Amino acid sequence: MTVNNEYILSGGRVVDPFQGIEAVMDLGVRDGRIADPAALGNAEKIDVSGLVVAPGFIDLHVHLRQPGSSAAETIATGTRAAAAGGFTAVVAMPNTNPPVDTVATVEYLRYYAEKNGVVKIHPCGCMTNGFAGQEMAALGSLKNAGIAAISDDGRCIQNHDLMKHIVEYAKALELPILDHCEDEILKGGGVMHEGVWSVLLGMKGMSPVAEELMVARDIIFARMIDWKIHLQHLSTKGSVEQVRAARKRGIPVTAEVTPHHLALTDEYIKKFDSDYKVNPPLRSPEDRQALLEGLADGTITVIATDHAPHTPTSKLVEFDYAPFGIIGLETAVPVTLRELYHSGILSLRDFVAKFTVGPAEVLGFDNRGLKPGCEADITIIDLQREVTVDANKFRSKSRNTPFNGLTFKGKAVATVVDGKFVFSEL
Amino acid sequence: MGKFNWTRKDLLSIYDLDVEEINFILDTAGEFKKVSQRNVKKVPALRGKTVVNFFVEPSTRTRMSFELAEQRLSADIINISAGSSSLQKGETLLDTARNIEALQADLIVMRHSAPGAHVLLARRIRCGVLNAGDGSHSHPTQALLDIFTIREKKGGIKGLKVAIVGDILHSRVARSDAWGLLKLGAEVRLAGPATLVPKEFEKMGVKVFHNLRAAIEGVDVVNLLRIQHERQQAGFFPSTGEYARFFGLNEDTCSYLKPDTLIMHPGPINRGIELDSSVADGTRSVILEQVTNGLAVRMAVLFLVAGWVEK
Repeated sequence: MTVNNEYILSGGRVVDPFQGIEAVMDLGVRDGRIADPAALGNAEKIDVSGLVVAPGFIDLHVHLRQPGSSAAETIATGTRAAAAGGFTAVVAMPNTNPPVDTVATVEYLRYYAEKNGVVKIHPCGCMTNGFAGQEMAALGSLKNAGIAAISDDGRCIQNHDLMKHIVEYAKALELPILDHCEDEILKGGGVMHEGVWSVLLGMKGMSPVAEELMVARDIIFARMIDWKIHLQHLSTKGSVEQVRAARKRGIPVTAEVTPHHLALTDEYIKKFDSDYKVNPPLRSPEDRQALLEGLADGTITVIATDHAPHTPTSKLVEFDYAPFGIIGLETAVPVTLRELYHSGILSLRDFVAKFTVGPAEVLGFDNRGLKPGCEADITIIDLQREVTVDANKFRSKSRNTPFNGLTFKGKAVATVVDGKFVFSEL
Repeated sequence: MGKFNWTRKDLLSIYDLDVEEINFILDTAGEFKKVSQRNVKKVPALRGKTVVNFFVEPSTRTRMSFELAEQRLSADIINISAGSSSLQKGETLLDTARNIEALQADLIVMRHSAPGAHVLLARRIRCGVLNAGDGSHSHPTQALLDIFTIREKKGGIKGLKVAIVGDILHSRVARSDAWGLLKLGAEVRLAGPATLVPKEFEKMGVKVFHNLRAAIEGVDVVNLLRIQHERQQAGFFPSTGEYARFFGLNEDTCSYLKPDTLIMHPGPINRGIELDSSVADGTRSVILEQVTNGLAVRMAVLFLVAGWVEK
């Protein structure tokens, strides 16, 4: 499709939770920003009737694998996967090789994001050098270089004193903290959720307590230091209950959940298929239910994919030896539409908010949404279009999805970044 | 032998088998046991077939049993162990298996420390795959030989009470025995320290006990499992001495048993820990008969699976 720098998205169902708008209306775009359609008299009209027009979806949790593991993913392929999944921006996790713990790596990322990326990349910096949990990274310099947040994702700082210092230091820099909550001793050598299925299958379990202990720690620091901590990939009922209670008390914690934790449970591990191996692990049906309830009552404000690409070769080994991780950029919208919207758990506006307002709040972004003057980042969704997942057609370099071959209803059909269509099936 | 039609390329776990299949294997094993009692113990059933014993995790008795079973069936045999294989050089399990397959091997007998490793192979290669133990998950031929032994001694399985005592959490034998016995209608009790017998096992349909006497009173069979020293180091129980005192079977604790209760153990025994010598070597013990029956059971499964792979 040819698109000028002025056009009108015509007749769509505009759902903008930033402004509380849900109405069939035209939306104008001019020079990469949202514009009043009335002021764009002769601009091209693009018919989006019957489709949902939403602010650009932001994925707070993506592993682009570049630098260091470009056999699994690159900035070029990862951002194209994001675009195909309806995301206009991703937060790139810093556990690369080298890790994002120096200004040079941030600049490298920004260079390749500009050169090869098709959606916006917000680099996330390490909390500690080499995400090794030993010494604080140069957070001030990293912030000046352009990181949007900090995280040691993939690991969790076990030294509580160091974590306390980082929260204090990050507060002064106004850096959002994204924390992977996991007690390493309790996790042990586990490969799946510790529960009925790990016992039946004779596999080493990962206790839910490993997550819940660190969630408790982070809530205490968030209250004590009064700085926001965002809890990554929440997976257990106990974690949801703690976050719910903390938020009721006004403690500044937020939380995300992944599509795979909403759709799947530990029973699937009986297939011994490493595409189901992920950390945190797929949990029990009770945990899954608690996550759904947490989204419904606002305890959990963000859906993030934890897109974790691994080459087919690395995954095609014994379950015990396979790396943890599931890719999610190209399946997140279909999977969560099924679990949350078509199932009646969330209204359309709340569904959109988990991909837009929720992540924007965590990152401290303001002036977002489909308001004239805002950056024209737009996600267009067809709620009814059937899609059968075919991993071989993914833009992602990797194939490690547990949803291959499944049919879903609804998907992103166009993605607009700064007014430019970076993906379209219109 | 019956007219039952065996239709499996692989033997991965006893959980996969239905009652008819289990009984058919046991009946077939009964025929092979007769062969083992003849002067000439060898039959030509697997002549021209190649069986690869692929032991990624070390094993003495299971490997010896499979090897002898293969020899008695006249198969050609190759033995590979982890130390001598290309896995050491970084080759993947699947690539090693594909190389075995390229040599036109018919069956792979594998022992592996990773649960489900056999599923990975069975889905992707044409050879029949026999599970000789995968981590704490499954050990179908051990379960079959245990059930064969019980059936032979007791005349059947249905209605029997069987207690399995020891480190259930880390035991592929306990899981496989329990699934097999439950399918055949036995009552199964799992007993041991609370750390080694989590309540989650009850989802299988077994009863969980943390008191030896309660577990073994009135049972027809007690199957004791080897207790490993490394579990003590990992904090699952205080000492082997305390384990022996609370969960070991000795002359004292044997007094709770019916006179005709069978004492079983998959070996190797820690004498004086889970089992006192007086009991291990006593009249109720069928431990060495288990070893003898293991040969017949393995001949049976090799014969059945090879027959199907040929098709």
